Amino acid sequence: MAADKVDPIHQFHINPIVPIHIGGYDLSFTNSSLFMVVVVLLASAFLYLTTSSRALIPGRLQSVSEMSYEFVANMLRDAAGSHGMKFFPLVFSLFMFVLVANLLGLFPYFFTVTSHIIVTFCLAILVIGTVIVYGFAKHGLGFLKLFVPAGVPVVLLPLVVAIEIISFLSRPISLSVRLFANMLAGHITLKVFSGFVVSLSALGAAGVAGAVLPLAMAVALTGLEVLVAFLQAYVFAVLTCMYLNDALHPGH
Amino acid sequence: MFVTPAYGQETAPAVEGGHGGTEGATQTGTEVPHGGEHAGTFPPFDPATFPSQIIWLAITFGLFYLFLKRVILPRLAGILDVRSGRIAQDLDHAAKLKGEADAAVAAYEQELAEAKTRANVIGQEARDAAKAEAEAARKKVEAGLDKKLAAAEERIATIKSGAMKDVGAIAESTAAAIIEQLVGKADKNDVAAAVKSVR
Repeated sequence: MAADKVDPIHQFHINPIVPIHIGGYDLSFTNSSLFMVVVVLLASAFLYLTTSSRALIPGRLQSVSEMSYEFVANMLRDAAGSHGMKFFPLVFSLFMFVLVANLLGLFPYFFTVTSHIIVTFCLAILVIGTVIVYGFAKHGLGFLKLFVPAGVPVVLLPLVVAIEIISFLSRPISLSVRLFANMLAGHITLKVFSGFVVSLSALGAAGVAGAVLPLAMAVALTGLEVLVAFLQAYVFAVLTCMYLNDALHPGH
Repeated sequence: MFVTPAYGQETAPAVEGGHGGTEGATQTGTEVPHGGEHAGTFPPFDPATFPSQIIWLAITFGLFYLFLKRVILPRLAGILDVRSGRIAQDLDHAAKLKGEADAAVAAYEQELAEAKTRANVIGQEARDAAKAEAEAARKKVEAGLDKKLAAAEERIATIKSGAMKDVGAIAESTAAAIIEQLVGKADKNDVAAAVKSVR
């Protein structure tokens, strides 16, 4: 297993726990699925248990739940106005899911759900799909005004519309790749530096002394990764809010 | 435990055999010749795992969304609503109490002002009464003094007139005696006339 310890990619492997094959598709319950379940259970249990007393004067843990609620609520209200609050459950679920998945992934031997492009891409598609479906349902073809900014000279209009359409289509990609790449790169970097510690300390006393540097680096990176885990969840939620604002007010 | 290759999808010995030691740390995943069905693929880009991840993400995230929407968010909203309602209520109550306190202070100050004016009136009355009494007493005393003065002046006038009367007789007798001594004999009437002319 020595090689596994220093293989930075190994942590991203998906291994089936309960193999399930339906209609030619591999729908196995994997370690990724397991951690999705863990993330959901952990987040749900935390939110459920800390708010169960419904205390008028909140304790510390209840404050955390309330703060996350108000944090996301303010974010959404600032970006999309009070009409945007109908999307609050979606934004809050996305924020909590991504945040808990990111933070949980920082524990050693834990799988990081958000380090797989397909997961972040599905979440991004969920957001953009919501924007498109709600946008057309609410405004009909008026939703297409999103691609025609007001006050642009007619000559430039085809160019601007093309740019707007490309930028809209690139949103799910940028949204998903940003989160995925941040988590992937952070975990690989952590693993590489931790691998240096293991490899160097196997070389005897001088190696152990030399391993102090990558160890310090790994500690610092862990701190950075905690920040990144929170920041990426925040960025994902903020961008979701801004895209939802487009669905609500396409003319802007 | 969840990252161990316990399910035969990949073989750790293949990794060991391929690289071993510390070199593996710097290898990129695409070059690692893993065994099993993920062979040679960077795990996040392995399409074979996509259906499973999508379906389980849909299940878990869907349930998470429903649970939050149905249970957690109404509860949190309720807690925050109750609190803001309670705070607003307490603020109202405090404002009401403050209003009452202000009214009490105003009433107290009004009463104080009234009491002050009353006290001033009483004081003024007492001062006026005392002044009037003193004035009356002074006038009485002055009247008594005036009377005594007048009586004294009268007495002085009678004494003076009496004395003046006596002065003529004394002068006559004195003049008559002097004349008798000088000339031997004096006419009483002449002396009286002379004295009268001198006076």
